[in-house]
Amino acid sequence: MAFQNQKSNVRAAVGPTEPSRARSTGRTGINSVCFQGNRLIIKGGKIVNDDQSFYADVYVEDGTIKQIGEKLIVPSCVKMVDAYGQLVIPGGVDANTNLHTPQRGMHPADDFYQGTRAALSGGTTTIMDHVLVEPGTSLLTAFNQWRETADQKACCDFSLHLDITRWHEGLCEELETLIKDQGVNSFLFFMAYKDKYQSSDSQLYEAFGVLRDLGAIAQVHAENGDIIDEEQKKLLFLGITGPEGHVLSHPEEVETEAVYRAVTIAKQANCPLYVTKVMSKSAADVIAKARKKGIVVYGEPITASLATDGSHYWSKDWATAAAFVMSPPLNRDPSTPQYLTSLLACGDLQVTSSAQASFSTAQKAVGKDDFTLIPEGTNGIEERMSVVWDRAVTTGKMDENEFVAVTSTNASKLFNIYPRKGRIAVGSDADIVIWNPKETRTVSAKTHNLTVEVNILEGLELRGVASVVISGGQVVLEDGKLNVAKGSGHFIPRKGFPDAVYKRIRARSKMAEARGVPRGNYDGPVHDVISMTTSVPPTPTTRGTTCPKTQASLRNLHQSGFTLAGTQIDDHIPRRSAQKIVAPPGGRSNITSLS
Amino acid sequence: MSDCRRQWNREDELPVYLAGPIPTGQNLRKTYGMFSSVEGAFESKTIDFDQYAVGRRGSRTPRSGSRERVLDAGDPVGKTSSEGREGSPTDSHGETDDVRPGVVVTQSSAKESPDGESGRLLIKGGRVVNDDQSLYADVYIEDGLIKQVGENLSVPGGVKVIEANGRMVIPGGVDVNTCLMKPHLGAQPADGFLQGTRAALAGGTTMIIDHVSPEPGQSLLEAFECWQEAADKKACCDYSLHVDIPQWNETVKDELELLVQDKGINSFQVYMAYKDVYQLSDSELYEALSFLKQLGAVVLVHAENGDLVAQEQRKILRMGITGPEGHPLSRPEELEAEAVFRAITLGNRVNCPMYITKVMSKSAADTIAQARRKGSVVFGEAITASLVTDGSHYWSKNWAKAAAHVTSPPLSPDPTTPDHLNTLLACGDLQVVGSAHCAYSPSQKAIGREDFTLIPEGTNGVEERMGFVWDRAVAMGKMDENQFVAVTSTNAAKIFNLYPRKGRIAPGSDADVVIWDPDSSKTITAKLQQSTSEYNIFEGLECRGGPALVLSQGRVVYEEGELQAQQGAGQFIPRKHFPDYAYQRVKSRNQAQSKQGVTRGLYDGPVCDVVPTPKYITPSPSARTSPTSHQPQPIRNLHQSSFSLSGAQSDDYIPRRSGHRVVAPPGGRSNITSLG
Repeated sequence: MAFQNQKSNVRAAVGPTEPSRARSTGRTGINSVCFQGNRLIIKGGKIVNDDQSFYADVYVEDGTIKQIGEKLIVPSCVKMVDAYGQLVIPGGVDANTNLHTPQRGMHPADDFYQGTRAALSGGTTTIMDHVLVEPGTSLLTAFNQWRETADQKACCDFSLHLDITRWHEGLCEELETLIKDQGVNSFLFFMAYKDKYQSSDSQLYEAFGVLRDLGAIAQVHAENGDIIDEEQKKLLFLGITGPEGHVLSHPEEVETEAVYRAVTIAKQANCPLYVTKVMSKSAADVIAKARKKGIVVYGEPITASLATDGSHYWSKDWATAAAFVMSPPLNRDPSTPQYLTSLLACGDLQVTSSAQASFSTAQKAVGKDDFTLIPEGTNGIEERMSVVWDRAVTTGKMDENEFVAVTSTNASKLFNIYPRKGRIAVGSDADIVIWNPKETRTVSAKTHNLTVEVNILEGLELRGVASVVISGGQVVLEDGKLNVAKGSGHFIPRKGFPDAVYKRIRARSKMAEARGVPRGNYDGPVHDVISMTTSVPPTPTTRGTTCPKTQASLRNLHQSGFTLAGTQIDDHIPRRSAQKIVAPPGGRSNITSLS
Repeated sequence: MSDCRRQWNREDELPVYLAGPIPTGQNLRKTYGMFSSVEGAFESKTIDFDQYAVGRRGSRTPRSGSRERVLDAGDPVGKTSSEGREGSPTDSHGETDDVRPGVVVTQSSAKESPDGESGRLLIKGGRVVNDDQSLYADVYIEDGLIKQVGENLSVPGGVKVIEANGRMVIPGGVDVNTCLMKPHLGAQPADGFLQGTRAALAGGTTMIIDHVSPEPGQSLLEAFECWQEAADKKACCDYSLHVDIPQWNETVKDELELLVQDKGINSFQVYMAYKDVYQLSDSELYEALSFLKQLGAVVLVHAENGDLVAQEQRKILRMGITGPEGHPLSRPEELEAEAVFRAITLGNRVNCPMYITKVMSKSAADTIAQARRKGSVVFGEAITASLVTDGSHYWSKNWAKAAAHVTSPPLSPDPTTPDHLNTLLACGDLQVVGSAHCAYSPSQKAIGREDFTLIPEGTNGVEERMGFVWDRAVAMGKMDENQFVAVTSTNAAKIFNLYPRKGRIAPGSDADVVIWDPDSSKTITAKLQQSTSEYNIFEGLECRGGPALVLSQGRVVYEEGELQAQQGAGQFIPRKHFPDYAYQRVKSRNQAQSKQGVTRGLYDGPVCDVVPTPKYITPSPSARTSPTSHQPQPIRNLHQSSFSLSGAQSDDYIPRRSGHRVVAPPGGRSNITSLG
């Protein structure tokens, strides 16, 4: 039903007096003369995919691209969208939003409705939202909750990542269900938020191994939570309570260190890794270097890190400073945005997203006396595409094809919705943006489509604007007017084992078999070790706990050389009576020659 | 035994295994067949010290003349290198026209004077090499101290004169990483303080810093006293002690303070590996580092990601790999590099000087080099094994040989690693060479014959350290003699606040002096070493450069292959806190980096209400036992009200503060008591 009414007509477009933010119904109610509704032809534009650009018309029917070419034969009475002199690009894919994630019990000011509305107005037609699973709750319950909410409210297509806050092996079943039946193939782990969401290295390793076997992508929020926790305590002791404490307690190194660690763990577990929110030069460098070493890792800068820097944390205006609070924080180094843009252009970073999580000033003010309580998150969902165009394409760092790659195609490939999204091709979803590279717009909280009072990009002039946005075959933005329908977005399921990621992983799994050396039995003297204590099953996490005080029994090492008490480093490994030889003796020639 | 050794002097009578491969190439290793230990390695190497101590003083004066006789007499002490150097000019000191005559010790007066006992010594005609410059000078030593350095010294009569004949006179080596008493599953290393320090002296190292390794739960002080007592009885050279911190808690803090203030310990080791035993979490490390920084101590880090090592070990054992090759497989290079990176990050955050022990891989070394370029106060220590050999031996068919190489972090299987580490050492990116000497006998290693995780970790190296640095770095043209002195003694002495007492030849320094012979050459073999370990991982390698004469505390303890060490002669050297070399930058950074908040007016806008949430419960350490799928789920209806809450929130662990307790005074914390 929303479909029918939503179609707008170019000629019948209402005058400029009609408020573009007609939020009451989410649609302007202008019906087309033709009621075939779902047919649409885009004429005269230059189609830009990530691999090439060419001039062609696009015919859309029933929300799918049906034909591409010149002089298309189309039914009569088709709505025509004029794209002369403009670019026809795949609708943006924003791989990181938090439109429903509560912090301290407060939901973001912009929920699925306002958020996706803003996304569409900026040229993004697919979002991937993060489902935060509180520790101790079921993954499926949380997933269903999000899915339900989004189904009701989202105006554009959406997909969901799951944030796993407490890993244990009991989750394996649920993961399998989610990946195989529910269409979720990406899971985020936190290395920060100590005692709350943080996962230990052991947990990450275990989880990554499971995800690899199931064909999912591991995402990490990479910051060293232990250090942050200590730094926060220290700063509060020093009496620093304002938002600048946030950036002081989340220094760049802490991010870099965690990225490095995450890469190491992923390499060990042979699991593809996606680092969300790359905010600093050194963290980006770590990713670039790891990629050079051949590690399957992807990095995602966000709107904020590409457009602005962390100097605002020192703003005298508390509300402004607080609006910038996010983790990892914006970097104080003013050359960071340029640097990240360069890495994005050369392919060292692959995806841009927004990390949209906007909280109103009143919500942020919860932390007015203690920066650690400020809800974290910035806006950016609406400005993302324009920021990339303005910062990268108009400055000559990347071309229009690269632009398409980093705003939609790469994300689609990684998360396995390509070529349904992220490409203008016959059979793809009709998520199309007519991009006007000449137009400019100035970002302001007064005119943006979000509800938050502060826009962190306030006053920024951005070249490159989405002039027409088509989502699911419907024109939702035209002539500056948004015609969205609440709940028109569909959930996009994503299958496991995305090819772009897993081809290499599969090959490596086969290669990486470690082999033992076949030897005769050692027949020399053996030192006696008396009374090994029984093994204690190893605990998966030590990081969360306080100092272990278990070793109460003293071991007096000088009384006797052989008395033992307490647990030993290798108690968990069962003693073996026989040696099982895995590798055949005829195996690796370089090993045998060493003896 | 000595007869047997003397026979080797004749080339034609060399045993088959020695005669074969050695002359063909410098680095050839010999094998002794599967599982067999080195021939002769089980011979008793115990020294009859009563006999030795009696004969020692008498033999001092005529030693140069009677060296061969001493050997013939069967003194088991001097069994090191004269054989290996057969034919080298050092033995032909009778030839006056030789360019490099041997070191000659003469007594200026005809008979033994009582002054000889007080240790008056003059080293003549040597080239004194310090880390900054080399100069030709004589060195006069009295009472265990260097009294004068220069030319034409006026010295009292009756002084024993050592003719250095143009050889290098260098400060005695300082080996900052030995484990001579570290028990593994109750087994003490084969080399205790006696054997270890004897080996050290024979290699030109005159001071060691040993690791005190208390077990978790054991008092640090008790362990320290226990180590000190053992070392006082046995050590033949000066020693100092690092203390390992096996766990972190309040009691440890008090003990650390005591150790630093009263006991002269300024370096403590923390572990990022050995999960569930020694490993500290990042939070604990942060606290420990903050505390140690206040005390002015240097933090030593064993850098490996213990979590991942534990996981990998389980995996490898599951795959059925139980041999020593499982050791490097379960500890890949990345885990070391990652932990080094994390340690440096922690050090930077706390602004605490970090010292990475045992840098074994290229990537770990590169990480340190990069961090130093960014200004981090971090020091890296290469060890003998990592500078000389690589990890290919873990795949040896000979179990004993493979097991002998087991150390943590493991030797890198990449054969270019030693070369790379030597290069970094030469250019100053790595600063110190230790030995990580922790020798276990093959039978002790065999504890883990069916499970590589049980193999005691440690290799030998204290004896070969100086020689191999010379061989691999100086003889190869990578570093000069001054840098050689820097990495073998001076840097270590500076970092651990022993300088200039150790690590320099200057008036007032301890008379720990080595006359270094760059031309000597010997082949490493377990049969001829001082260490009692039966397997030498450098077996069969040829090493150019070695000490011709070693003075420890002003006494000649080693001369031309003859060791005259005295058990218990070594003294504990206390080290003061706040070593300048490490802490000067830290101090000024403390002042420069004081953080300041922004002064703002009060925020007077609307504030969102937050319903107080229940306290978050610390997650149970073992979540594995409580899979959520069997728990009743507290379902949160998020649509009912925007403020209804259940479950824990992201900041529950932060107590709501009404006021802040300021522990640190704004002017900086110079005294420890302010730590509360």
